[in-house]
Amino acid sequence: MTARERVAGTVANYVDERTGAAKWMKKNLQKVFPDHWSFMLGEIALYSFVILLLSGTFLSFWFDPSMRHVTYEGSYQPLKDVEMSAAYASALHISFDVRGGLLMRQIHHWAALIFMAAIAVHMMRVFFTGAFRKPREFNWILGVALLTLGIVEGFLGYSLPDDLLSGTGVRIAHAIIQSIPVFGTYLSFFAFGGAFPGEVFIPRIYIVHVLLIPGIFLALITAHLMLVWYQKHTQYPGPGRTEKNVVGYPLMPVYMAKAGGFFFIVFGITAFLGAVASINPIWLYGPYTPAQISAGSQPDWYMGWLDGLVRMAPPFETYLFGYTISWNILLPGLIIPGVIFTGIALYPFIESWMTGDKREHHLLDRPRNVPNRTALGVMSLTFMVVALINGGNDLIATHFDLSINQIMWFSRIGIIVLPPLAFVITKRICLSLQRADREAVLHGRETGRLVMLPHGEFIEIHEELSAEKKFALTQHEQPKAIALVTEDNQGVLNPKGLRARLQARFSAASAENIAKPTAAEVKELESGHHS
Amino acid sequence: MRFISKYRKHRFASPLLLLFALFGIGLTFSVASATEAPKTVDAAARSTLIAEGQQIFLKGCSSCHGLNAEGAGVAPSLIGVGAASVDFVVATGRMPMQDMSQQAMRKPPVYNEEEVAALAAYVASLAPGPRAYTNEEIKWERDGNTAEGGELFRNNCAMCHNFAGQGGALTQGKYAPTVMGVEARHIYEALITGPQAMPVFSDKIITPQEKLSIIKWIKSAESEPNLGGAPLGRVGPVTEGLLVWTLGLGLLIGVAVWLTAKAR
Repeated sequence: MTARERVAGTVANYVDERTGAAKWMKKNLQKVFPDHWSFMLGEIALYSFVILLLSGTFLSFWFDPSMRHVTYEGSYQPLKDVEMSAAYASALHISFDVRGGLLMRQIHHWAALIFMAAIAVHMMRVFFTGAFRKPREFNWILGVALLTLGIVEGFLGYSLPDDLLSGTGVRIAHAIIQSIPVFGTYLSFFAFGGAFPGEVFIPRIYIVHVLLIPGIFLALITAHLMLVWYQKHTQYPGPGRTEKNVVGYPLMPVYMAKAGGFFFIVFGITAFLGAVASINPIWLYGPYTPAQISAGSQPDWYMGWLDGLVRMAPPFETYLFGYTISWNILLPGLIIPGVIFTGIALYPFIESWMTGDKREHHLLDRPRNVPNRTALGVMSLTFMVVALINGGNDLIATHFDLSINQIMWFSRIGIIVLPPLAFVITKRICLSLQRADREAVLHGRETGRLVMLPHGEFIEIHEELSAEKKFALTQHEQPKAIALVTEDNQGVLNPKGLRARLQARFSAASAENIAKPTAAEVKELESGHHS
Repeated sequence: MRFISKYRKHRFASPLLLLFALFGIGLTFSVASATEAPKTVDAAARSTLIAEGQQIFLKGCSSCHGLNAEGAGVAPSLIGVGAASVDFVVATGRMPMQDMSQQAMRKPPVYNEEEVAALAAYVASLAPGPRAYTNEEIKWERDGNTAEGGELFRNNCAMCHNFAGQGGALTQGKYAPTVMGVEARHIYEALITGPQAMPVFSDKIITPQEKLSIIKWIKSAESEPNLGGAPLGRVGPVTEGLLVWTLGLGLLIGVAVWLTAKAR
């Protein structure tokens, strides 16, 4: 034993005697994580969150969330002597007069955009592979909560500098609050401490942005990760991988090294973006005044779909009992997002009801093997993308020489027509891929080598798949449709009535699959002919 | 000559002589400097210019605007639009129009400066209207104030032309063009004439001095270095989102694939 080992042993022993950590560490450091690039997407979000905490702390040293009126005296000349709020002036101060301030601001903002994008792709991975199924429904809901909070947190950060663009965003938020029937007006007075824009909103959202929501974030992320830890990570199917084990690398040292290294790479890429690409150039926007507006005012991308929905809403209003209900804001600003997020959060339960599958799942699905879910996912994404595109309709109009009205009508019709179309097309593609899988298992891979037989016939050589590959293509189970019971054998009507009929209908749709090759079919082919 | 020699020692002789001398120098100077002003062409030269302009008009413009610039179904009357309008739309290449779409776009001008001046003189001769300017007359560098111009721009222009003057969309395919790289005189003329979808900003709404401030701010935005790195078009968060989803996420996922790749 060398001297260094002795010292390390003494220190470890000292700590262990006082904390009892050795047993716990031994167990948990050996915990195994499966290895796949798509399992790193959530990590990107986690690391971006850490970057946000660090860069945000730096910014908070100088940012002054105050609506006090000041005259700008900093080094950016085009705004010299312009009247503005202390919040905007301090954001300019960070940008131009604090060493590294602009870089930090840009890193913070890019990290926020990456954070939301990583959450979105992580969520897509979890959805399309069915990782949300029992027992992980709660973690899915936690994820949806994190996504929603992320949107709110990002929006508040975008609003803080009190520049012309962020003020415009706050104005829209104000309008959406006001669109709530009956008590919206009161709610807006409550939030803004009076009429818009007032003096209290920025200081209030500042503390929500830097303390309240990050605190909730930390708590939810901890719970999110602890559940992953406790329930163990899902894995893609393959030989030796079952519902009862996890195949992968131990946390220490392999996974720790990979994850630790990945953190620095994420930080590096974010810093690279912050260094080379301008983001939110607040000095160009100018200070916020309610009388001003800029063409092409847009939110950050994660709010873009909301803006797109508001932009395409037809001007419907009703006047009831002395109250005006602005459906054109209420519907796209609150009702549709509410329905969408509730639907997303409840999806694990909806799917379990549709398929009647109440079992635990730790092996992931290949998206093609669950055509109904995959098609639903693509349908929802299509809806979001059409809305997002309409959010940038003015820029699309100017940059592609189109008419903004035509883009709006394309979106209005497209948001209704395209998602169902996407559903049908995706489902057909999934079924075709299943057919291809079946073909590959039964007849092997097409090699592209053509051979002429002695009697002149041309055939293509098919290469038999490896046993592992065959297993991977056939290990999944194909659900059966739930038989519809309208009345039992005594002639008593099923009390569930419509619900049972609906469930039977949905489960039949979910069970629509190309039959995977059976063992008997494979045997028959192996013993006999090939072509 | 006796008169002069008789009074040459008079006590008013020296001051008078000085006055005469000053008057003489002043007169010479005013005559000499007046020749620089382009607007004081004499009547004969002016009528030649108008005649030239009329010839250009008949060849290049009358098929839409009518033989006497009275306008027709497809094009407005030009009587009373003034030289400023002609200088703006012709010298920026907007007229003659490339096609009958929603809006005449900026393109390399068809006519040179002399031809534009002749056309402007002809149209101005039909009825009085705002006069054309030269870049030298627009003394934005001397009389403008950048910060004031920025405030005025955000108040009056940004809602169509975007916060950084990059342009923006209007309804039915019309658009507010970018104000970057536009000559000072054309900005000034656009403000006083309100071409196409743009409103007129008369001198009562925005004083001539304020117009110079706006021009100064535009010129300052034009020459401003990209302080935060690649400007991404200076059009706000849309291009930022695009970059995150392409370059940002592309790099990150690429690294994730690399980190989890099996050693072969």
